[in-house]
Amino acid sequence: MLIDWFTVGAQALNFLILVWLMKRFLYTPILNAIDAREKRIAKELADADAKKVEAQKERDEFQHKNEEFDQQRAALLSKATDEAKAERQRLLDEARKAADALSAKRQETLRNDAQNLNQAISRRTQQEVFAIARKALADLATTSLEERMGEVFTRRLRTMDGNAKAGLAKALKTASDPALVRSAFDLPAEQRAAIQNALNETFSAEIHVRFETAPDLVSGIELTTNGQKVAWSIADYLASLEKGVGELLKEKDKPEAKADPKPEEPKLETKSQ
Amino acid sequence: MRLSPDEMIFWQHGFLKLNATIVFTWGLMLVLAVGSKLITRKLSTGLERSRWQNLLEIVVTGIEKQIEDVGLRHPEKYIGFLGTLFLFVALGSLCTVIPGYEPPTGSLSTTAALALSVFVAVPLFGIEDQGMGGYLKSYVEPTFIMLPFNVISELSRTLALAVRLFGNMMSGVMIIGILLTITPFIFPIVMTVLGLLTGMVQAYIFSILAAVYIAAATRTRKPKPEPAPKT
Repeated sequence: MLIDWFTVGAQALNFLILVWLMKRFLYTPILNAIDAREKRIAKELADADAKKVEAQKERDEFQHKNEEFDQQRAALLSKATDEAKAERQRLLDEARKAADALSAKRQETLRNDAQNLNQAISRRTQQEVFAIARKALADLATTSLEERMGEVFTRRLRTMDGNAKAGLAKALKTASDPALVRSAFDLPAEQRAAIQNALNETFSAEIHVRFETAPDLVSGIELTTNGQKVAWSIADYLASLEKGVGELLKEKDKPEAKADPKPEEPKLETKSQ
Repeated sequence: MRLSPDEMIFWQHGFLKLNATIVFTWGLMLVLAVGSKLITRKLSTGLERSRWQNLLEIVVTGIEKQIEDVGLRHPEKYIGFLGTLFLFVALGSLCTVIPGYEPPTGSLSTTAALALSVFVAVPLFGIEDQGMGGYLKSYVEPTFIMLPFNVISELSRTLALAVRLFGNMMSGVMIIGILLTITPFIFPIVMTVLGLLTGMVQAYIFSILAAVYIAAATRTRKPKPEPAPKT
């Protein structure tokens, strides 16, 4: 007999038990695990999608902000550059003005120095010449310097050349006021008479003369009438000397001024950011 | 020469007996249950998982896919029965490589028991799906004249299931036994390999046929599935 019915029953039971065991230990756990994994993957994919969308949004936002920032920065930079340029120009102008002022002041100082020196030299020269002349005249003659001066003046009057003499004569004649004779010191009566005589003789007329003392003549005599003037004084010589000295100083000054280096413009440093 | 492991009896007490068929079945049950338990003890629901879990997942999802292909809409409902059929028969065949082992499916008692299980399960699933009336009505489709033929068909296919599996498994064992006496070297190994293939095919056929019968019982109002493959 091929079929043993007890074995059939036992095997059927065994099989049912095996079905239960397999369901319990294999199919249910495995299928549950697969379902859980699928759910998890779906969730992860959804999360990833959400994150991607969010990231895209954030990226857009960031880009937008970046562009805004760039624009702001460019605006600020151009503004700062403009301001720096203006400031630089202003500072340059200021510096140039200051340099000009300094240069002018310096030139002024130089000029003043030269003038002061001139004055000093002229004063000194006057004094020296005066002293030398006085000493020389005193040594040479017995007459006082003033006498000699009067003599010189009278001689000059007499030896005046034609044109000058004619002009002076005309002026003397037309003058309503008496002619004015100025001297650095009081002329003695003799001197005055000698001058009066000389004038009378020279111009062949009675000339009214008024004598006056003028210390600024330094040393000398001067005849003034109606705009015409005849004079002899050390001041004239001194003036000529002063002119000569002045010219000399000017000549000296010029090359100096040329060689003088131009003051350097202060550098303006602008830092652009 | 014995035709069936039923004849190898270890212990007997009146009606009760313990033969090789039952013992080997218990062995297979133990391997299947303990193996599943061990592997599913620490299942991972994440992306990282053990290779054993991978193997079981492939097997389970493969069975599920096959059941779905046959036309059953909720494979998780039938996988317990159909999957166990397949796994039991397949493992029973695979273990023939172990010396001294005889497949329990080589016993007509076992195959009859499996066929009877299918014979009982088909109406149960059918009644569960469309109710008692609906299921019984399927016997008189398309006309009541078909009722006896339907009943005969129900019985004969159960017999066919039992005998087909028994014949194939028994013949494999028999062929190897005979060959061992004629050409003891090499050739029996080739036949064993062939036997493994036959065993896997039989396991597939048995479970697919059961699935088809269940599908036929649960989907009578829809077009019938393709005729079941015959061997």
